[in-house]
Amino acid sequence: MATDYQIQRETDLETIDININVGPQHPATHGVFRMILTVDGEVVRDIDPVIGYMHRGNEKLPENCDYRQVIGYHDRTDYLAQFNTEHCYVLAVEKLAGLQSTERAEYIRVILAELNRIASHLMFTGAFGTDLGLPGTAFMYAFREREVIQEFFEELTGERMMYNYFRPGGVAWDVPENFRARCRQVLDSVRQGIEDLDSLMVDSEVVLARCRGLAPTATGDAINWGLTGPILRATGLKHDIRRAEPYSIYDRFDFEIPTGTTGDIYERLMMRLEEMQQSIRIIQQALDQLPEGPIMAEGMKRILRVPAGEIYMRVESPRGEYGVYLVSNGSDKPYRHKVRGASFSNLSALRQMAVGNYVADVILILGSIDIVLCEVDR
Amino acid sequence: MIADNPWLDAVARMGIVAVVVPVTVIILTWLERKVIGRMQMRLGPMHVGPYGILQGLADTIKLLSKEGVRPHSADRWTFELAPFVIVVPVLMSLVALPFTADIFVRNMTMGLFYILAVSGLSIVGFVMAGWGSDNKYALIGGVRAGAQLISYEIPLILAVVAVAMVAQSLNLNVIVALQHDTPFIAYQPLTFLIFTIAGLAELYRQPFDIPVAESEVVGGPFVEYSGIRWSMFQLGEFVSMVLISVLASLIFLGGWNWPWSWLSNGDVPTAAQIVLMAVKTGAFIMFFMWMRGSMPRLRIDQLMSFCWQMLLPLALLQIILNGLVLVYDWPNIILTVLSGAAAVAAVYLIYRLARASGVRYQPSALGGQRVGSVL
Repeated sequence: MATDYQIQRETDLETIDININVGPQHPATHGVFRMILTVDGEVVRDIDPVIGYMHRGNEKLPENCDYRQVIGYHDRTDYLAQFNTEHCYVLAVEKLAGLQSTERAEYIRVILAELNRIASHLMFTGAFGTDLGLPGTAFMYAFREREVIQEFFEELTGERMMYNYFRPGGVAWDVPENFRARCRQVLDSVRQGIEDLDSLMVDSEVVLARCRGLAPTATGDAINWGLTGPILRATGLKHDIRRAEPYSIYDRFDFEIPTGTTGDIYERLMMRLEEMQQSIRIIQQALDQLPEGPIMAEGMKRILRVPAGEIYMRVESPRGEYGVYLVSNGSDKPYRHKVRGASFSNLSALRQMAVGNYVADVILILGSIDIVLCEVDR
Repeated sequence: MIADNPWLDAVARMGIVAVVVPVTVIILTWLERKVIGRMQMRLGPMHVGPYGILQGLADTIKLLSKEGVRPHSADRWTFELAPFVIVVPVLMSLVALPFTADIFVRNMTMGLFYILAVSGLSIVGFVMAGWGSDNKYALIGGVRAGAQLISYEIPLILAVVAVAMVAQSLNLNVIVALQHDTPFIAYQPLTFLIFTIAGLAELYRQPFDIPVAESEVVGGPFVEYSGIRWSMFQLGEFVSMVLISVLASLIFLGGWNWPWSWLSNGDVPTAAQIVLMAVKTGAFIMFFMWMRGSMPRLRIDQLMSFCWQMLLPLALLQIILNGLVLVYDWPNIILTVLSGAAAVAAVYLIYRLARASGVRYQPSALGGQRVGSVL
């Protein structure tokens, strides 16, 4: 019939979902993450994440190591926030062993951990720009400043990535004479870099169109899914372990905890940009207050034996709650060593956040979680 | 005329085009890497020749000597013909494209029509490449390319129609000659805006590089291609960029005439024509490269709705406006004012829409309902 316009979709036009394998070798999966997308045209109907390609036994191996040797393994869990993870581990050991690190060492730790937070967030911003489709511009902008921070760390620790600088009871060696001046110089450079990134990404029409309102997350959902860190704060919950459960010397500093309202991708980006500013504030206060004195607690023995007991210590890493669970049986090695990676918990909500969105958006949502696969797989 | 015999003349001119175009493309690839490198605080290629100027040549030789890999399960003829289906129409459209008043292959009465008609054929190549590769990334990229290029062809053609209405000719030499005193951008600012955006989308460059999106479909239709076949895509992309740039300078910026003809009120010497065209075309090419270095990518549905809900109505508005002016013989200044106002309004609308509160609540397929804030 010529007048019959009705297309009977069920019979005439049959569509099928196809599976697309994204990763483990794909430019947008931030490492060796793999997800099998079931797509209906451009819309993702299901996500099957596959992890484990980076598993190295980073929880079991330290159980055969001396308490000081374990520090290196924490550099390798979250390789973008090494000082934050080291901080968590040494605090756990100190708490279990009843040690108290010196004032100076604690200030140095906080300064380095906050600088590392900035470096990690810069890395996120750059990689997020690449996910968005900026061909390397945001990445290079971010990496210029990250390089400044890394050079500073390298001068101090002799390493570019695996610093291995914190020790139970203090830090490995004292900072050089020009530490304050050099650190301020780094901060000036970083502040300029954040401004550049702001002007490139924050008010761009395309970034707004792509990111605003994408994957909005309610606070209740975020808590149920176990999200922590900037993703949780983007939903509006003012939860930062530095404030909620002050560890180290964070109760001495004056800083804001940025929060969002809708928890969408744009706010997650803004959280990170704002947290960098707050980290700069903390570092400046810490530099002003940095006392002279010893960098290692007195009475440290050559072999550290920790009394029997168990402890869970958590810190606010750039990605969220990074926790270390230690069980000691009184020997010089941890009996049980468990890591709670923020990336792992955050990544487990990917399916809930991403299903029903477009393929291009799923890449963005994955990027906004800011996963580090070494921390996911451990 | 280069030769007396028209056939010999045509062959000679095509030969010149066939030499000049690849050289231009080689220079442009080098230039783009330099420009983007500078935008990203890098130096770009530096090692092959002074300032890396021979890098494009070295890359060409490398690509020519590389093995052409064809996936076992690929559809042989679709796969192998796709690069040619993309490149040949683009090269064919150069036949009707004049660079100055004297430098052209053929001066066609329907030149503008011919260029748009022929260059539009290369869309088939993208779909062929995407389908023939037997790769899901390529398939998605090819389908995206088909949807995007066909959609943006429409505002592009309507923009050209608007210019042709004002010029009352499809002959590019005539159109340029008409812009003796005032370039058409003064009468058609809105059309110029539409043409530039649609041209950018036709070139699938940022922010419209959705078919080849590196972070999603890893190169789209080209993902399985290597060596000389891959370089054909590159060639097609850069020749299209030159084509769109030359076309935009011809129909909007007064081509080889304005502003020399306006200042001297007479004929323009050939050397000045070449310089004028080089500057105008170069400005467009730099604009495209600038966009590439600073714009993130749009999403496919945003791209399509931008085309059909924004560019297409605006292009039709401009055509109605031109029609009114032509029928009622209104002065040209009315075109300038109304078209300019519409262009400003369009840009403002985009600015506001991008910043409007845009929380899109979409029901999750997993039934995840929004739970109210616990605090």
